[in-house]
Amino acid sequence: MSAASKAGHVDHGHVDHGHGHGHADAGSHGSFRDYMTGFVLSVILTAIPFILVMGNILGNDRITGIVIMGFAVAQIVVHMIYFLHMNTKSEGGWTILALIFTLTLVIITLAGSLWVMYHLNTNMMPQHMHMG
Amino acid sequence: MFSNPDLQKLLFGRLTLDAVPLHEPILLITFAMVGLGGVAVLGALTYFRLWGPLWRDWFTSVDHKKIGIMYIVLALVMLLRGFADALMMRAQQAMAFGPNEGYLPPHHYDQIFTAHGVIMIFFVAMPLVTGLMNFVVPLQIGARDVAFPFLNNFSFWMTVSGAVTVMASLFVGEFARTGWLAYPPLSGPAMSPGVGVDYYIWALQIAGIGTLLSGINLIATIVKMRAPGMTMMKMPVFTWTALCTNILIVAAFPILTAVLALLSLDRYVGTHFFSNDLGGNPMMYVNLVWIWGHPEVYILILPAFGVFSEIVSTFSSKRLFGYASMVYATVVITILSYLVWLHHFFTMGSGASVNSFFGITTMIISIPTGAKIFNWLFTMYKGRIRFEVPMLWTVGFMVTFVIGGMTGVLLAVPPADFVLHNSLFLIAHFHNVIIGGVLFGMLAGITYWFPKAFGFKLDDFWGKVSFWFWLTGFWVAFMPLYVLGLMGVTRRVQHFDDPSLQIWFIIAAFGAVLILCGIASFAITLVVSVLRREQLRDTTGDPWGGRTLEWATSSPPPDYNFAFTPVIHDHDAWWDMKKRGYARPMQGFQAIHMPKSTAAGIILGVLSIVFAFAMIWYIWWLAAFSFAAIAVVAIGHTFNYNRDFYIPADEVVRTEGQRTALLAERV
Amino acid sequence: MATHATPAMNFEPGRNPGVTIPQVDPTTFYDAKGEHHPEGSTMLGFWLYLMSDCLIFAALFATYAVVGRNYAAGPSPKDLFDLPLVALNTSMLLFSSITYGFAMLEMEKGDLSRVQIWLAVTGLFGLAFVGLELYEFHHLIHEGATPQRSAFLSAFFTLVGTHGLHVSLGIVWLVTLMAQVHKRGLVPENKRRLLCLSMFWHFLDVIWIGVFTFVYLMGVLQ
Repeated sequence: MSAASKAGHVDHGHVDHGHGHGHADAGSHGSFRDYMTGFVLSVILTAIPFILVMGNILGNDRITGIVIMGFAVAQIVVHMIYFLHMNTKSEGGWTILALIFTLTLVIITLAGSLWVMYHLNTNMMPQHMHMG
Repeated sequence: MFSNPDLQKLLFGRLTLDAVPLHEPILLITFAMVGLGGVAVLGALTYFRLWGPLWRDWFTSVDHKKIGIMYIVLALVMLLRGFADALMMRAQQAMAFGPNEGYLPPHHYDQIFTAHGVIMIFFVAMPLVTGLMNFVVPLQIGARDVAFPFLNNFSFWMTVSGAVTVMASLFVGEFARTGWLAYPPLSGPAMSPGVGVDYYIWALQIAGIGTLLSGINLIATIVKMRAPGMTMMKMPVFTWTALCTNILIVAAFPILTAVLALLSLDRYVGTHFFSNDLGGNPMMYVNLVWIWGHPEVYILILPAFGVFSEIVSTFSSKRLFGYASMVYATVVITILSYLVWLHHFFTMGSGASVNSFFGITTMIISIPTGAKIFNWLFTMYKGRIRFEVPMLWTVGFMVTFVIGGMTGVLLAVPPADFVLHNSLFLIAHFHNVIIGGVLFGMLAGITYWFPKAFGFKLDDFWGKVSFWFWLTGFWVAFMPLYVLGLMGVTRRVQHFDDPSLQIWFIIAAFGAVLILCGIASFAITLVVSVLRREQLRDTTGDPWGGRTLEWATSSPPPDYNFAFTPVIHDHDAWWDMKKRGYARPMQGFQAIHMPKSTAAGIILGVLSIVFAFAMIWYIWWLAAFSFAAIAVVAIGHTFNYNRDFYIPADEVVRTEGQRTALLAERV
Repeated sequence: MATHATPAMNFEPGRNPGVTIPQVDPTTFYDAKGEHHPEGSTMLGFWLYLMSDCLIFAALFATYAVVGRNYAAGPSPKDLFDLPLVALNTSMLLFSSITYGFAMLEMEKGDLSRVQIWLAVTGLFGLAFVGLELYEFHHLIHEGATPQRSAFLSAFFTLVGTHGLHVSLGIVWLVTLMAQVHKRGLVPENKRRLLCLSMFWHFLDVIWIGVFTFVYLMGVLQ
C-alpha cells in the first residue's frame, strides 16, 4: 500500500500542489490545499498583531487592543475551518451545536465574571484601585 | 516516633499517629461500629464465597445495568453517613441553649455540617442520579449499552474513590470546617492549614473526573445510539432530561475543576488567587464556584423531573400531556441555569444593577418548571390513576416541591434575600426542593425500576410506610426552620442564647427522627422484598403497564438488552408496540458483539485514593509513585486492543427461549 | 437509505443523525436482519471532551481577566514579556499544527512511514514550544517574578502553564501513538486515535491564539 502511494507522489515538503488532493467525503478530512490555506492565513493573522504591538503602529493602545482581538477571532475561525474541519454537517450538526453552546457559555463566563467582579470590586474593595 | 524528624517527614509527610482521633469518643464509637460492621460484611462475603462473583460480575463489569445499580448502592450507603451527620446536628441544636454547650464543640460541629453537605450532594444525590440514568437510558433508547462502556466503569470507580477519600477523613486527620463550598480565605492556607480542606479538594477532583466522563458518555449514547426511528422528538421524556442533565454536567464541572485547582495552588504553592494580600480576590472564588453551583442543582433536579414524567403517565394510564412543551421547558431550564448564579451571593455587594438582573432571571427560571407541573396535572386529569408507591412519591413531590420552589422565588427578590441569606429560611428552602424534588424523585425511580433491575417488585406495604414517614418527617423537620429563618436565625450555628427558639429546634429534631424511621422503613422494604421475592416476582418484564422500551425486555434484561434492535414508530414506543399487536421474535437470533470486563477501572480508582492520600499528607514520594503508576496503568490499558467478544448465537437462543417459557407459564 | 414515508409511519428521514432507517412495514418492530449499525461515537465523544476543556480554559481566562492587573507593586507585563520569544514560540506551535495536518494526509493515503515521520516532526516542534516556555518561566522566576509574587503572576503562570501542560500531555500521547502505530499499523483503532489527537492538537493551537493575544500582546499594551 505504501509503495503504491509513494510511487504516485513526489516529496510533500512545502511544494504547492495546485490541484490539491480532494477526498470523496469532505466531512472530516482536509486536503493539502486546505491545510496550506489555513497555515498561510494563520501566519498572516499572527504576524500582523505582533507587528502592530511591537512597532506601536497604530499609536493608540485601545484601538490596537480591539484590532488584535479581531485578528484573534479571525484566526480562531481559520483554525476551526481549515484545521479542525468544522462544518454544519459533522455528526448531524451536533458538533457545531456543541461548539456554539460552549462558546455561549464561555462568553457568559467571561463577560459575566468581568461584569460581576467589576461591580464587586468597586463596591467592596478598600482602595478602589482595582478594575475588573 | 523516629529519632530523626527529617526522615519522618520524608517518609510520612505531615502524617503522625496524632492524626488518628482516638481522644474523640464519638469517633471511637464510629470506628468500633464501622470496624465491626466491616468485619461482618467481609466475613459474610468470604463465608458465602462471593468474592469471585463480586469481582467478575460486578466490580469489573462494563455493563451499564450493573454499574447503574452499583452507583445507587454507593449512594444509599453514603446516605447513612450523611444522615448520621444530620441527626447529630439536629440533636446538638435542640439541646445547646444558654449554659448547655451541647455535646459537639464548634470545631467538630463545623466538620459535620461541611461533611453533611459534601456527602449529600456529591456522594448521595449525584450517584443516585447518575446511577438511574446509567441503568435506564440505554434500555429506553433501544441500545445495548452506553457509548463508552469501559469509561463508564472507570467513572464509577472514580466516584467511589472520592467517597472513600471523604470517609478516610473520619479516621485519619479531619475534614474541612468551611461549609460544603469551602470559601476562601477561610479555606486558604493561612486559615485552614490542616488536612481538612485538602481532603475536600482531592475527593471532589477525583469524583469530578468520573462525573465529567460520565456526562460525555451519556450525551454520546443518546445522540448516537438511539434505535432506528427514534428521532429526538420521539425519545422518552426521561431520556430528554438525561440528555440535558449530561449537557449541564459537561458544561459545568470543568468550572469546578478549575476553581478547586486554583484553590489548591493557593494552598500548595502559595499563589494569590484568593488570598487577602498581593492582589488576590476571594470574591472571585465565590463567583466561579456558583457558576458551577447553580447548574449543579439543575443537574440534580432534571432527572427527577424525568422520573416523574414517566411515572405520571404510566400510573395515569395516559400519554404525557404536552410532550413538546416538556422538552422545550427542559431545554430552556438548561440554558437559563447559566444566567442566575449570582442569586447565591446577592449580599456580597455587587449592587443594584447586577442584583436586579439576576433576580429577574431567577424568577424567570421558575416558569418552565411551573409549566411542567401543569403538564403533570393535566396528564393526571381524567386518567385512570393507580396510587402505587411510585405515584405516592410523585404526588408528595408535587406538593412539597412546589412550596419549596415558591420559597425560592421569594428568595429571588434581592431585598428579601438581604434579610434571609444564610438564615435557616435558606436551609429550609433548599432542603425543601432537594428532598421534595431530588430525593423523592430518586426513591420513586428506584421503586419504579426496581423490578426491571432485579426481577421482583419492592414490598408495597413497607414502601408506603417509608413514604409516609419521609413526607411527614420532612415537613416536621423543616417547617420550624422556615419559622426560625424568618425570625433571623443564622445557619451553621452550634449554640444559641435565646431560649424561646428551642421549641422549634426540638420539633425539627423530632422530624429528623421521623425521617430516620423513613430510612429504616426503606431498609426494611429492601429486606422484606428480598425475602418475599417469589411472591413479588415480575415474570412479564412489564409489571406496571409501562409505555417505554425498557419494559419490552425481561426483568432483569439479558446482558445484551435486546436480541434484535427495536424499530420505533411513535412516542411511548412500547405502548405503541403493545397497541399494534407486537409479536416477540422467537427465531433468527444472531451472535451479539459485547465489550469485555476490565479490572483497569478499579485499579485506577485504588491508585487515585493512594495518590489523594499522599497529596493530602504531603508524602511526596508516594504521590510521585502512585501518579506514575496511574500513568503506566492508563497508558498500558490503551495497548490492549482485545476488548470485545461475541455472545454466541445459541446462547442468545437459550436466553430468549427461557423468557418465552416464562411468559408462557404466566398464561 | 429509504426516504419514502407514508403518513402512518411518522418517520422523519434525515433527522436521526448517523442512523440508517430501514424500509419497514409498520408491523415490524425489530431490526431482524441486523442492519442497524450505529456509527462510532468516539469522534463526538472526544469533541465533547474538548468542549469541556475549553470551559476549564474559560475559567482560567476569566480569572486572569479579573486579577490580571493586580501587580501588587511587583513586575507588570511590560517589565516581563519578551515578545520576540513569544513570536518564536507561536510559530513553533503553528508549524507543529501544519505538520500534524501532513501526518493526517499521509494517514488517509495509508503511508505508515510518512505518518511516523510527520508525527515525529510534530513532536519536535511541540518539544521546542514546551522547552522555550520552560526557559521563559525559568527566566521569570530567576528575576523574582514568581507565581507567589502577585495575583497577576499567579494567574499568568497558571493559564500559560496549564496550556503548556496540555501540550506536554499531547506529546506523551503522540509518542504512545507512534509506538502503537509502529506495532499494529494503521488499523481503525489507531486511525481513530490519530484523529482524536489531531483535534486535541489543533484545539491547543486555538487556545494559544487566545493566550498570546490576551496575555502577551494585550499585557504589553496597557
